[in-house]
Amino acid sequence: MTGTQVLSSSIAQARKWGGVALLLGVGLGHGPAGWAQSLAPAQAPVQNWSFKGPLGHFDLAAVQRGYAVFAGVCASCHGLTQVHFSDLAGMGLTSEQIAALAEAWQVPDGLDAEGRLKHRKAQPDDALPEPYPNAQAARAANRGAVPPDLSRITQVYPGGPDRVFALLTGYGAPPSHQSGTGSAAGGGLVGGAHPAAVAGGEGGFANPYAIGHRTAMPPPLRDGAVVFTDGTQATAEQEARDVTTFLAWVSNPHADSKRRLGVGVALYLCFLATLLVILKRRIWSHVRK
Amino acid sequence: MEGSPSCKDQTGRRHEAAGVVAFVKDYMGFLLPADLNLLWTIGAMLVAVLGLMLLSGLTLALSYTPDASLAFGSVEALERRMPSGWLLRSLHMTGASFFMAALYLHVFRGLYYGSYRAPRRGLWLIGSALLVMVMVTAFAGYVLPWGQMSYWGADVAGKAVGAVPVIGSLLERVFLGGDAPGTPTLHRMFVLHFTLAFSIVGAVVLHVAVLHARGSSSPSGPQGETPARMLPFYPYFTIKDTLGVVVMALLFTMVMCFWPGLITEPANYRPANPLHTPADIEPEWYFLPFYGMLQAVPSKFGGLLVSAGAVVVLFCVPWLDRGPGWTGPKSGMRWLAWLAMSVLVASFVLAGLAGSHHVQGVWLLVGRLATVGYYAYFLGFLPFYAKLANWGERA
Ligand code: HEM
Repeated sequence: MTGTQVLSSSIAQARKWGGVALLLGVGLGHGPAGWAQSLAPAQAPVQNWSFKGPLGHFDLAAVQRGYAVFAGVCASCHGLTQVHFSDLAGMGLTSEQIAALAEAWQVPDGLDAEGRLKHRKAQPDDALPEPYPNAQAARAANRGAVPPDLSRITQVYPGGPDRVFALLTGYGAPPSHQSGTGSAAGGGLVGGAHPAAVAGGEGGFANPYAIGHRTAMPPPLRDGAVVFTDGTQATAEQEARDVTTFLAWVSNPHADSKRRLGVGVALYLCFLATLLVILKRRIWSHVRK
Repeated sequence: MEGSPSCKDQTGRRHEAAGVVAFVKDYMGFLLPADLNLLWTIGAMLVAVLGLMLLSGLTLALSYTPDASLAFGSVEALERRMPSGWLLRSLHMTGASFFMAALYLHVFRGLYYGSYRAPRRGLWLIGSALLVMVMVTAFAGYVLPWGQMSYWGADVAGKAVGAVPVIGSLLERVFLGGDAPGTPTLHRMFVLHFTLAFSIVGAVVLHVAVLHARGSSSPSGPQGETPARMLPFYPYFTIKDTLGVVVMALLFTMVMCFWPGLITEPANYRPANPLHTPADIEPEWYFLPFYGMLQAVPSKFGGLLVSAGAVVVLFCVPWLDRGPGWTGPKSGMRWLAWLAMSVLVASFVLAGLAGSHHVQGVWLLVGRLATVGYYAYFLGFLPFYAKLANWGERA
């Protein structure tokens, strides 16, 4: 299956994984490729995101750090095709900062006289460039899988931000709390029996949060993969946390405005409703039951 | 209540000079049964949501592009960078769910209180036509953003239409504008979506005009409709309706701003991919009961008949109900109506639950029972309850 296929079928199947895990879990744990065959992605541990819940709001410093991780690491394989540089103003950047940030990217700019693809520096009105010219190129570069676009990833990925974070930090490790079974067998395998599988051979890289516990994406993050300008220590876990926050923001950039609007409107309507209840009682007080 | 200004002769006033002022006066003086309960404010909520849908829809249409390769991107652009685009779109999406929810309540109110009886049969027919129009509009609208569920929803609907004997494949091609959903389908859905929206406005005007000619029914039956037990629209019911609309707006705001996940389908934020069928193709929640019935029947065409019939049967209700209703001498038997209505509502909900699962095994059984329960109300209970009630009295 290609990356896109894996991802698309995963949404739809998310609801059924519980059952599949129960069916496949115990019995298959003993085979040579034990935990890889227990198809259900492990339940991702619940994280305490700044943006969680009806009254949450994005930690914009984390969103900005997450952008650095995306630009420095993820963007070499994944696109954010629906996003324009100017949209990034919502992370709390000024238009000068946006222009400077865009300049660091190259976007295709038609063909030159010999028919070769030209590039130029990006401008705020440009969309973020796609990493590959087409799906074939993406597949060729990634052993047959197409890295999915991340514009709405935390919305469409079953398990949401928790699972994105778990996937980024879960390579090779047995899941920290399992929904199905098979973690015991898996732990043993990772320990020594199949180092090739963990390092990524034919079947990809071992990761309990991926479908079939295999992903075509090599472990993308390591300590110090990027340098955070605000002085935050760039541990792999910090990078994963921040890039997940960034992706959640990109998936739903107006969530904060919406929640803020909601609080104001709801308070106003409560007040209005109270007045109307009083008025209604007055008007109806003349009516004998 | 006696001596309230409205109890003057209504017909006399009809002959006064026409004009906006006279019209408003007439409208405001319109007499309604004093005992209307909260369920009678849902009509006003529907009118309010309809207005919201038209306004938000018209502004959304300004930046929407009905083309298979551009539609998804145009909606993303709208939501991400048009001024307040995200707000317009959430209003329209939340509005669709609230409209359908309010509509179902409105219909169940009518069924429970027998609002469809003469002299309101025509009103009920216009209402049923409105239900069909709103459902088609909602379906067409859901196709427009061209996400995965838009595409595969159109595909399933096309195949369902294709199951009609003889002319099925022709109908399917006319509906899709080709062999599979694509740009021609989007053009059809876009045109259908907003022409129907305006037709709905026309039908609502008619609906309300007929209501004014025939008068509202009272939850306590004909004796509640005598002039002595009536009150004028203004101020008694304007305040009640306004309060109802404000309470609905409060719920609306909460769902839209704090719990949008209740009414959005994540899969539709993925662009349509004709090469990849999702494992679960599921319509919006408000179509689930009909989707459950569609799948409860083994034959494709049979399923289509049963699920379309579930709406069509509403048109027949004024003639299916042979009884005198539950007021007057029969009011002691009201529990029977209540029981039958509970079975109907439970069946509707269960059919919806079946529709949201793969209809196999237990869910197939549930889907079938729910379908039978739903039809039993219309074909088994309504025509015969009068006899049942008489029998109950004799016993
Ligand atoms: C666009 C959708 C609709 C709108 C805007 C609408 C609006 C209204 C309004 C404003 C009223 C008067 C207030 C009330 O009784 O709640 C009303 C009454 C009524 N409506 Fe609707 N309606 C719609 C759909 C329907 C449908 C689908 C049906 C039935 C199949 C229906 C059947 C009735 C009946 C029977 C009454 C009179 C109720 C009574 O007085 O007992 N309506 N409608």
